[in-house]
This record gives sequence, C-alpha cells and structure tokens, in this order.
Amino acid sequence: MKAVVLVRPKGGILDPQGEAVRQSLRKLGFEVSKVRVGRVVDLELTAGDAREAAAAVEKMCAELLANPLIESFEITIEDE
Amino acid sequence: MTTRPRIAVVVFPGSNDDHDAAWALGAMGAEPVMVWHADEELAPDVAGVVLPGGFSYGDYLRTGAMARVAPVMDAVRVFAAAGGPVLGICNGFQILCETRLLPGVLRPNRQLEFVCRDVPVRVENCDTLFMQRCVVGQVLVLPVKHGEGAWYADEGTFVQLAARGQIVLRYDDDVNGALGNVAGVVNEAGNVMGLMPHPEHAVDPLLGSADGGLLLAALVDAAAAHRTALAAL
Repeated sequence: MKAVVLVRPKGGILDPQGEAVRQSLRKLGFEVSKVRVGRVVDLELTAGDAREAAAAVEKMCAELLANPLIESFEITIEDE
Repeated sequence: MTTRPRIAVVVFPGSNDDHDAAWALGAMGAEPVMVWHADEELAPDVAGVVLPGGFSYGDYLRTGAMARVAPVMDAVRVFAAAGGPVLGICNGFQILCETRLLPGVLRPNRQLEFVCRDVPVRVENCDTLFMQRCVVGQVLVLPVKHGEGAWYADEGTFVQLAARGQIVLRYDDDVNGALGNVAGVVNEAGNVMGLMPHPEHAVDPLLGSADGGLLLAALVDAAAAHRTALAAL
C-alpha cells in the first residue's frame, strides 16, 4: 500500500522559506502574493486495509514526520 | 571524593561542537566522556550530559528530529527523569525540543540568514541549576551561530513558561525572530536546559568572552551534586 503525507507549515506560523521563494519568484517577474513551502513524504507500507494504513501513518506523523506545534499534515492512502 | 564529575558529551553523526564542549567542560573542572549516539547507555558514573552543537543526521526532516530516535536518547531520557542535569547547546537544544524534553521548537531564522556573531543575552531567572553562578538582569556575551534558532511555542505555553520562570535567557535584541527573544529555556523540574548561544565557545577572555564559563561551571557544580545524590542512594 502507498501513502502520501503532505506536511505544511500551520496557518499563522511565519514561513521564512516561503517568503524567500516569493521574493525570488518576483525577481523572475511572477507576482505572487503568498508562498508557503511544505514537504511531501511518499511511503510504501504493508497494512491490512486502508483504514489500518491511515491509522499507522497518522501515528508516524504525530511522532516524527511532522511537528504538531508548527506543522499540519494531510494523509492520502493509495490502495492498489 | 575529589575527582572531577564525569559529564557525557553525546556525539551524533554531524555533531561539530562536541570537542569544543569537551574541552570547555574539562577547563571548568569536569571529566568529559564522549558517548556515541548508537550507544544504549551513557558511560559509567556519568553525572551530567551535554548535547552539543552541530547538524545531527544532516538536519534531515527537521533540525533535531532524527536524533529523537537515537538509541542514546533513551538513556538521556532516563537520566533526565532521575533528575540528572542535561544541557543542550544549539543543535542540542533543537534535539531536546524535538525529543519533547523541553517545550517549544526551533524554527528557521526569520531573516533567513545564518547568524554568526557575539550577542548580548540577558539572564531572566537564576534560580535553576544552570544559572547558579549568574544574577538576574546580568548580560552575558555569548556567540551564536545558527540558521534555525527562532524558538517558538504557542501563546498559552509561552505565557505559562514565563510565569514559571522557565525562560532563563533572552536576547537583548531580536537576533533570529525568536518568540519573546527567547534564547534559552529549562524544563519544569529545572534539570534540563537548552540554549541557542554557545557557552563552550566563550570560556576564556582570549576567545572574546568568558561568560559561557558561568553556565558550564554551574553545570559542573550540578553534576557534582548529582553524583553525591546518586552515591547516597
């Protein structure tokens, strides 16, 4: 089974990286009012079903993949 | 017993201030012991722990995040739970936050620049193990060198920490965008401290400042007291 985890800086949390990217885009002529940079984690795992996989990945996010203080995450399970 | 208290300096892959920390601890009267991250136990008779600066595990995922699962960190958790003094410097502070031994998290500097200079740091609370040789309001000159040193916690946590005196050091100026200019915090029990500035680089006037020696000497005092307490068990 495959899972995709999308980790984002939480709303209201300053994202200096996003702001730097916005400024760089502007130098290239792209007017963008806001940029937020997160990360994607692709996982391949064995699980009985999609629900079990989602529960496991949720735990991974809480314990390591994201820091709940400053990051939110979204999990998508791709059942093959 | 007049032998020097043993203080473990944990070495992670990517630590780069470990030898400086060991040297400075030696200069302050401790016997430093290097402990590898993959070790499951701290060295025998260790009465203090330092998590040094650097870029453990290449700062993968988030700074300090990967160190959380290092085998040695279980031993550090047990040591801290038993009241042993633990000091995290720079990356060590980031690790202690990610390990949840300290509140908050270190985020990329607001100005996105690596800051590398001596900064004035004000003592907010000297009623903790590590600040015993300082006085409230004292301004220490300590070097910082970090790209991800902006301490952050949610508002409720921040207010609570301030009320409990857990915010022990603040920058005099806005160095990196840290909430409340926080430079160093302690846990509720007061035996675990993390700070972004580097006391181990400031233990001799020849290096520009000897103020870091005040913190490290207090750690050595705390380790000696912890050793005595352990021996009495």
